[in-house]
Amino acid sequence: MIRLLQGCANFLRFLGSETVNRVWRLGYASRFFLAVLLRSGAAFFRFRLVMREIWFSGVLSLIIIMISGLFVGLVLGLQGYEILQRYGSSQALGTMVALSLLRELGPVVAALLFASRAGSAITAEIGLMKTTEQLTAMDMMAVDPVARVVAPRFWGGVISMPFLAALFSSMGIFGGWLIGVVFIGVDDGAFWSSMQASVDFRHDVWNGVCKSLVFGVAVSLIAVFEGFDSEPTAEGVSRAITRTVVTSALAILALDFVLTSFMFRGMS
Amino acid sequence: MNRTTLDLWVGFFVAIGIGALLFLALKVSSFPGIQMEKAYRLEARFDNIGGLKAQSPVRSAGVLVGRVTDIHFDPATYEAVVEMRIDSRYAFPADTFASIYTAGLLGDQYIGLEPGGDERNLADGARIMKTQSAVVLEKLVSQFLFNKAAEGQSTQP
Amino acid sequence: MAGDFLVNIENLCFDYGDKPVLRGVDMRIPKGRVVAIMGGSGCGKTTLLRLIGGQLRPTSGRVRVAGEEVSAMRLAELYALRKRMGMLFQFGALFTDLSVFDNVAFPLREHTDLPEALIRDLVMMKLQAVGLRGARDLMPSALSGGMARRVALARAVALDPALIMYDEPFTGLDPISLGVIGQLIRRLNDALGATSIMVTHDVQESLLMVDYIYFISAGQVVAEGTPAEIRASRDPFVDQFVNAKADGPVSYHFPALQVAADFGMAEAGVPA
Repeated sequence: MIRLLQGCANFLRFLGSETVNRVWRLGYASRFFLAVLLRSGAAFFRFRLVMREIWFSGVLSLIIIMISGLFVGLVLGLQGYEILQRYGSSQALGTMVALSLLRELGPVVAALLFASRAGSAITAEIGLMKTTEQLTAMDMMAVDPVARVVAPRFWGGVISMPFLAALFSSMGIFGGWLIGVVFIGVDDGAFWSSMQASVDFRHDVWNGVCKSLVFGVAVSLIAVFEGFDSEPTAEGVSRAITRTVVTSALAILALDFVLTSFMFRGMS
Repeated sequence: MNRTTLDLWVGFFVAIGIGALLFLALKVSSFPGIQMEKAYRLEARFDNIGGLKAQSPVRSAGVLVGRVTDIHFDPATYEAVVEMRIDSRYAFPADTFASIYTAGLLGDQYIGLEPGGDERNLADGARIMKTQSAVVLEKLVSQFLFNKAAEGQSTQP
Repeated sequence: MAGDFLVNIENLCFDYGDKPVLRGVDMRIPKGRVVAIMGGSGCGKTTLLRLIGGQLRPTSGRVRVAGEEVSAMRLAELYALRKRMGMLFQFGALFTDLSVFDNVAFPLREHTDLPEALIRDLVMMKLQAVGLRGARDLMPSALSGGMARRVALARAVALDPALIMYDEPFTGLDPISLGVIGQLIRRLNDALGATSIMVTHDVQESLLMVDYIYFISAGQVVAEGTPAEIRASRDPFVDQFVNAKADGPVSYHFPALQVAADFGMAEAGVPA
């Protein structure tokens, strides 16, 4: 009986300390976000720093994003045709492929890939800089590591993300077209015109861009925060990388739900 | 990484990124700013608009001539007020008839404009007086059943 | 009197959480000299350097550099002060994404508006001083430990600082590199007219080249003096340290229970 009570007490204690830790970390991350924003001046004043990070997180993610987009589009084309054909509306294939990519798959999958390709690399880079005392050295040289190292990486990620998502969607639509029009033989004109008739620029394209921008902010922030906050050991950095990928994935999916419920409520 | 190579890659990346956005805006969606540069507003009142939505097409003789911009309910007359923007290349007579049709059996609903014979044209902000509401499928079915039932009764001796 | 000392440390205490690291350290570092701070691993030597550089705030006590109190400074003042300080980190802490040249040029590019041609000349001079002018295009990953530390030294003195701090400059070096670094520290200090503080546990090398030595143990200064005084010292701690004896005032064993208690022999022999 006493054992049981003790077990309960231990569990409650564990729950309490976990909650306090999580909330504390969230607050710490928000303060960090604010500090990054406040010290972004140098990053934009010396845009070359951000250029290097766009290369690092954007250009280096191009291949994986474009190839994945193509494959997702091919699959959508096959599955979509199979389903739409049952209702005799295979000419709506373009609509289906475009809407699912623009509204959901493009921003979400591109952000997930971005988190695992670029986000983990950013965390690793900053974490290793911390482990090898490069950040401390910079601070001792009177150069603010948040302004010099963190802010350019953050903005590089934020700027890259919408472009990557747009490329993903475009490649996906191309893939859908390839399957639908070239291989299966859906009418080319019907494919594009049904797409154009039901895809709205503001509601679908623009909302998708906004989503990817929000995901870009979230993933970049998580990546730089986990790197900067990592324990300065090899094991600590590897744990931080894992946390970046896991937290980013959760954040992307949760934010997607929130954004979708705001953006597409009251439509259709 | 050489400076100029880096610049080149980033430039390439941004260029194809913008290219993709333009592709999505122009080829995939019907970008509003380009199709209707100049337009005028019309208003129409319906007893029932069915499934009509903002952004629904306005067609005349099957050709897209404009889009619905806003729909609201008038509490004084209990009517639905539909506002639309019509491409200013097309003018319609003052006694034009506006009806709500359905594209196909289960398709989206749209407004069809049938021109009358009036000399004067509808001006910006004018109201279309002659309208016909959407056909509500349930009403149609119940009407049909009611008629059948009435027929059955009258043929009985 | 205060004018002759670049760094004044008075009754400095510092705790990590509730673990005391420094308890009442007093030190005075004279201008133009090379001073070594010695002590066993983990006795708070590096912490002391961080406190002088203002990266940590003391729990109590004061650190003054050139008459200004570091612990009371705001970040902008601290950064102004750090531009006059150079620091060599234990493993160099070179920026791994920059070449040797760019590493040394980093402080110059960040803090001055000098034209690129002049920066090139300055960097070449610093690299020449550490004998690595030919390695300017290498990346840090291609350098040996000794070379990396020399590059880091060139970077630390890029802005001609008044105070140079060295965190374990001799760790993990072969005897030749070790001698090279030792001489470099001395030469650079005298050539620049700077003041150097060196944290180390390498006694023999330090005794050859420094002007003054502080010994720290358990968060306090336990002995101090010139190399000649230290060699002649009869202090048991200094004796243990200089002659590398395993046991002495610094215990070989980590604090633990009595041997008997820990091995479960309490019931058998020793009364509980």
